[in-house]
Amino acid sequence: MEPIYLDHNATTPVDPEVVDAMLPFLYNKFGNASSVHATGRDAKVALEKAREIIAEVINCEPSELYFTSGGTESDNIAILGTAYRLWDKKRHLIVGAAEHHAVLEPAEYLAHTEGFELNFLPVDKEGFSSGDSLAALLREDTLIVSVMHANNETGTIQDIAALTAVTHDHKCLFHTDAVQSTGKVKVDVKAMGVDMASITAHKIYGPKGIGALYVRAGVKVWPLFYGGAHEKKRRPGTENVAGAVGFAKALEVALRRQESDYNKMSELADYFIDKVTDTIPDVVLNGPRKNRVPQTMNISFKGIEGESIVLALDLKGIACSSGSACTSGATEPSHVLKAMGVDPILAQGAIRFSIGRSTTRDQLDHVLSVLPEVIGKLREMSPVYSREK
Amino acid sequence: MSARVLVAMSGGVDSSVTALLLKELGYEIVGAHMKLWDFVDVGGDIHKDGRCCTVDSINDCRMVCDSIGAPFYVLNMSQQFKEKVINDFVAEYRAGRTPNPCIRCNSEIKWDAFLRKAEEVGCDYIATGHYAIIEQGDGDRYFIRKGADKTRDQSYVLWGISQEALSKTIMPLGAMLKSEVRGLARKFNLRTAEKTESREICFVADDDYHRFLVEYEAKEGRTYEPGDIVHEDGTVLGQHKGTPFYTIGQRRGLGVAYPTPLYVQRIDVENNRVIVGDDSSLYTDELRAENVNWVSIEPPDDPVNVDIKIRYQHEAAPATLTALTEDRVHAVFDQKQRAITPGQSAVFYDGNLLLGGGVIA
Repeated sequence: MEPIYLDHNATTPVDPEVVDAMLPFLYNKFGNASSVHATGRDAKVALEKAREIIAEVINCEPSELYFTSGGTESDNIAILGTAYRLWDKKRHLIVGAAEHHAVLEPAEYLAHTEGFELNFLPVDKEGFSSGDSLAALLREDTLIVSVMHANNETGTIQDIAALTAVTHDHKCLFHTDAVQSTGKVKVDVKAMGVDMASITAHKIYGPKGIGALYVRAGVKVWPLFYGGAHEKKRRPGTENVAGAVGFAKALEVALRRQESDYNKMSELADYFIDKVTDTIPDVVLNGPRKNRVPQTMNISFKGIEGESIVLALDLKGIACSSGSACTSGATEPSHVLKAMGVDPILAQGAIRFSIGRSTTRDQLDHVLSVLPEVIGKLREMSPVYSREK
Repeated sequence: MSARVLVAMSGGVDSSVTALLLKELGYEIVGAHMKLWDFVDVGGDIHKDGRCCTVDSINDCRMVCDSIGAPFYVLNMSQQFKEKVINDFVAEYRAGRTPNPCIRCNSEIKWDAFLRKAEEVGCDYIATGHYAIIEQGDGDRYFIRKGADKTRDQSYVLWGISQEALSKTIMPLGAMLKSEVRGLARKFNLRTAEKTESREICFVADDDYHRFLVEYEAKEGRTYEPGDIVHEDGTVLGQHKGTPFYTIGQRRGLGVAYPTPLYVQRIDVENNRVIVGDDSSLYTDELRAENVNWVSIEPPDDPVNVDIKIRYQHEAAPATLTALTEDRVHAVFDQKQRAITPGQSAVFYDGNLLLGGGVIA
């Protein structure tokens, strides 16, 4: 049996169309986009075309889009770059309780090391946040609110427009991490009303190492790097032209397939969730059944450790994940599920299956044939499960 | 189908060769590194490299496993390690004893949580790179013998392993010399071949256990109270900085002036005193041990002649051992031993056979 990859929220294979689009910029069109000569101009033109394509997809001006190395860097520029600019004026931040570490850690750095005040916007049991609870946290000196569009662990899609409606009366900025939603569902930065948005290529069959930050015209952020005029000095460093071209192509493909992919993923996910909950007892889907990125299925198996399920499935050629990986590769308990108020025993047994374009019904059937035995065996050995029963 | 083995890998040469040898013997290998602690919890120097549980060591494990075609995982056991080992380490010092966290880690983590994880992922055995020999004796009993390399023998830290756990454990290095292990690593071009290991406490990354204790207790809102340093004749000689900073037999760092050399004799936690005296007063001929685990024999009915090791670097000394109950013993040494220290392990041998061990009361 070929390995079955059900970890597309971690990353995706690069689409062949994307590879084809990128290759010329690795070979003969290798130029530095800042160079004056023809080779450089070719690269620069390709970079700007990529910017135009991406800008159109998320409904912004090309001039509002800054290429970065990916979602983490975009999130860091948004949070830290805003804090650096308003350092002496505004000292309060609000971030979602279920954010990615790329948002949480710069915010926590500002709070713990630089003396900023930090509040977490609570989420309900399905991962949604309300405008009312945001309004209750907003202050005169709130410099930025950052709430992710689609959650990487649960797929919950936040109603960002409902949250920005609250902040618009305040003079604070709103950033959204749209890394897990862009390309999969409609992402329109103007309709969402955000000031900044982070996007990336490798979650949507583009290459790793390229992303972008949308910064609404008129909004200023200070750079994290210095050393050149690239990206209007907001992100100096020789431009990753092949990456940008690949990113644009990946988004084009994603847009073209958005509806059919969405329908296919929804159908497969519904099938899988229903089957798992039918065939295995004490199973809970974490996150909502609707208003979610259908690719993501976060399922808790009561009484056992997610880590053990992931290892046991990997040894059977099935790739999925639990929690989030730290630098060592060890898994840590999910702060997302904790924020959602999931029972700790259920949270410990959570697994994320994230399907993708190559996922088939046959693959899922194979997983469904293996899973009951794996779960059953682990539960037999689990003192927690027998106690909770 | 060949038996599947979960190999505990630290990133050092010994566990690397353990994985390699078992692979060569035809076992199906799964490598695993136990992530036991984080700098966030234990403090110390994050830039100090080459340790177990650092990213560089974990990458070494990963690359070694790749070179022998084995999957590799990092298992997060930091919660169990904190609860069972670190908290115990701190509490033991607070209680005036000198703990051995490696022994505690073996019985509470490696031969408990790790072994369970192995069973969960369908492994038949676990393997470690300890220099000790496990063999099945008469009937169902499993024996532990000292490692063949006299200078590397690690049987001392293994006394707490249950018979059940021993039946599922492989230690392929027990019959080998360290030089042979290194030679094999070189022959097979393992990237860990030239690594040296630290024998200090892994979670005190800067080897400054005073710093560690103070910081860790402070997180719990606790501090150490200074108190008197008292001569065994009753004279108060000076002030100590907190009893956990002193251990029996210690001479340096007392900070008291006295015509003859003074050594810590006893930690009197109840009265927050450190009792000091001459070197000669450190010698006693008996000990009691608790939490005893019998390895190669059943608890003996009658007193037995054994050799007892009272700390890792101690030369086992002849003694008469009496089992008081299933898990408590009393021992009388033929000759007085220096600085028998509560909290350390007393491990009983018959020649190279490890009979059992316990914690000195």
